[in-house]
Amino acid sequence: MASIGASPVAPGKRMTLGEGGSALAFAALALLSIVVAAKAWEAAYAFHAYLFAAGSVAAVFAIMNRYNERSATLPPQEIDGKPNYNMGPVKFATVAAMVWGIAGFTVGVLIAFQLAFPALNFDLAFLNFGRMRPLHTSAVIFAFGGNVLLATSLYVVQRTSRARLAGDITPWFVVLGYNFFILIAGTGYLLGITQSKEYAEPEWYADLFLTVVWVAYLLMFMLTLRKRKEPHIYVANWFYLAFIVTIAILHLGNNAVIPVSLFSAKSYMVWSGVQDAMVQWWYGHNAVGFFLTAGFLAIMYYFVPKRAERPVYSYRLSIIHFWALIFLYIWAGPHHLHYTALPDWTQTLGMVFSIMLWMPSWGGMINGLMTLSGAWDKLRTDPVLRLMVVSIAFYGMSTFEGPMMSIKVVNSLSHYTDWTVGHVHSGALGWVAYISFGAVYCLVPWLWNRERLYSLKLVNWHFWISTLGIVLYISSMWVAGIMQGLMWRAYTALGFLEYSFIETTEAMHPYYVIRGLGGILFLAGALIMVYNLVMTVRAVKPVAEAEPKSPLVAAE
Amino acid sequence: MAQKKQDIDKVTGVSTTGHEWDGITELNNPLPRWWLYLFYITIAFSAIYVLLYPAIPLVSTATGGILGWNSRSAVVSDLERLDASRGGDIAALRDVELVSIEENPQLLAFAQAYGRAAFGDNCSACHGAGGGGATGFPNLVDDDWLWGGSLDAIHQTITYGIRSTPMDTRFGDMPAFVRDGWFGREDAIVLADYVRSLSGLETPAGFDPTQGAELYATNCAACHGETGEGLRDMGAPNLTDGIWLYGSEREVILEGLVNGRGGMMPHFGERLDDATVKALAVYVHTLGGGE
Repeated sequence: MASIGASPVAPGKRMTLGEGGSALAFAALALLSIVVAAKAWEAAYAFHAYLFAAGSVAAVFAIMNRYNERSATLPPQEIDGKPNYNMGPVKFATVAAMVWGIAGFTVGVLIAFQLAFPALNFDLAFLNFGRMRPLHTSAVIFAFGGNVLLATSLYVVQRTSRARLAGDITPWFVVLGYNFFILIAGTGYLLGITQSKEYAEPEWYADLFLTVVWVAYLLMFMLTLRKRKEPHIYVANWFYLAFIVTIAILHLGNNAVIPVSLFSAKSYMVWSGVQDAMVQWWYGHNAVGFFLTAGFLAIMYYFVPKRAERPVYSYRLSIIHFWALIFLYIWAGPHHLHYTALPDWTQTLGMVFSIMLWMPSWGGMINGLMTLSGAWDKLRTDPVLRLMVVSIAFYGMSTFEGPMMSIKVVNSLSHYTDWTVGHVHSGALGWVAYISFGAVYCLVPWLWNRERLYSLKLVNWHFWISTLGIVLYISSMWVAGIMQGLMWRAYTALGFLEYSFIETTEAMHPYYVIRGLGGILFLAGALIMVYNLVMTVRAVKPVAEAEPKSPLVAAE
Repeated sequence: MAQKKQDIDKVTGVSTTGHEWDGITELNNPLPRWWLYLFYITIAFSAIYVLLYPAIPLVSTATGGILGWNSRSAVVSDLERLDASRGGDIAALRDVELVSIEENPQLLAFAQAYGRAAFGDNCSACHGAGGGGATGFPNLVDDDWLWGGSLDAIHQTITYGIRSTPMDTRFGDMPAFVRDGWFGREDAIVLADYVRSLSGLETPAGFDPTQGAELYATNCAACHGETGEGLRDMGAPNLTDGIWLYGSEREVILEGLVNGRGGMMPHFGERLDDATVKALAVYVHTLGGGE
């Protein structure tokens, strides 16, 4: 594209500190990566160093090209008195979310069937369950969920602050950098690089890079809030901010490692023994609490009232349940370590904080569901709203189930069984994925300026197929898990264990198959969604220019 | 535009807070009573629970709770209850001589039930749920024994393991003949065919048994015996009976000759108590092939 004035450098055009500084930083990172690649101890680590080098060089070119092509002034904050929103990074994260989502669901289906039919690992190291499982969890939580959070948070903070995103390079650095981290993490699992901490498998160099990205995300989010043209900060942004701040702290705490060398992927944790376990589950549980709950509640607080065109039910409830939730969640981690070497007192506190967490969680559910009052009839006609309402119902169900499972007597039955897996997926598929689907169905027409979705009928199909999938998944895991727990503790009349472990495994087989089928249905629904979204962008008429008002119209 | 004056929502008749963000407003509804009371109840429950059980960390210890419960003593009393539910037989099993267990029908039935449960937890991962074995892991149901199938021999194997760490562990070594340079690959192929011929398996056309016999006598007979009948002291399998631990295929036998064999069985004498090891020995002995 020709720059304004046709001369290569417009008069008065100067490189900003951000452009120059980040180009220099990436050039330095490229050099460092090449040195590391040359001297790396492991081939897989050298491969990652090359990826870093390639990524850094690409970043330098992208920054310089962008500089050459832009006009002398940076994009304005406002045009004709209206905020000049920066939606490019939001679009990228939305597309990335769906791409990673399909990948993550597919790997999930594969490992579900590997559990039923172990031969499906084909004796290939990279297809082994041990490598596929973190690939699945990271792909769905951090790649799919993370990109949905990035997309929605950058969208919502701009719209509810009536301000353009802070920074010029930063929004793109955050979105692209985060996805580069996903690439490093995912290829690392396949090549066998892991620090073997659940949900925190990437090694030190990936963690370090993510820290930089995350701090940039935090600063960008806070600076955007500071520029806001609204007197108050909207509740969704409190939740986003709690999510971003807490994830930063958790990430640092649980990745406190000392690398063996700059030239090796391997590192050692500074925590050891039961302290390590406790830090791990403080992290693990709050990844659920702040990544998968606070962040997605933020999505609920924006997209549900927006789609239902109704006010949020209770401002007071949103304040109380927000502070109660973030205060209580952070203590609940020890319930993952009931009946272990963890001291009794820690287990007690983990349990009672989990129980007290029940109502603060339900506060979010009430505020979401009651926002529908006066708009319940829309559930009949709008399957996107229905997706979101069902997701809130699943949220309520799993936040009841969670505190219940944290009670020690219940936990003694459920712990280590597939009941836990079922519980996690009722939250992950029912709550996190459904609220994400709802938000993305809203976002795509808004972002690409389309009148409406390509087909509400297809949304309806997506809804019913994936709901059936979720029901198959969680009910089979409930039955399997409780059966497994009961078999483990069954004694004969003579006082001996009734079943050997292998017999319990055999008994699980049919339920594992049912679970896999549920996964296939869920994946099929998501594929329908992707088709619908692609067709929305390609085949639906753009919104007429003369209609600059609320984007809600587009959703009808 | 952002700061609307407080107005009344037409549908519910509730006032809004007067703020507006991107078209979203908030109602002034109070906290739902049932929600608030349930929240209070969970807090009260937690407070009481904290008083009853170990909960508050102090400088070097923690409060013990009014009930005096702790997980360590809970495990001890659970195990005592389990022991009690097993009746007097468990003590009898502990005290009685190994050889006399099978003479007492009641004790035998008890030991078999006990052994079956212990086998499921400790042995079935390798030897299969019913003791049928798998490639590299001996079948315990037949009457072919590498280290002996008498009650004593089985008890000895379970207690000390095979190629495990105790001084008394069973030890025998099938060397990596080719890898360690005892003889070349061509000789190994001849030997593999010779070994197959011992149990009447097919050999390739033009196979010359004399060269094989010569190699066998020099390298193998010390452990596997002159005629291939095996030697239990070394755990050397019988090569004539058509029962194969790793398989009878030419390549599999060749693999053994090249890289050696040395399956490992852990010793359970330290992991399990005497009564459990006895019960396991009796269970395996009475599976079908005991001597």
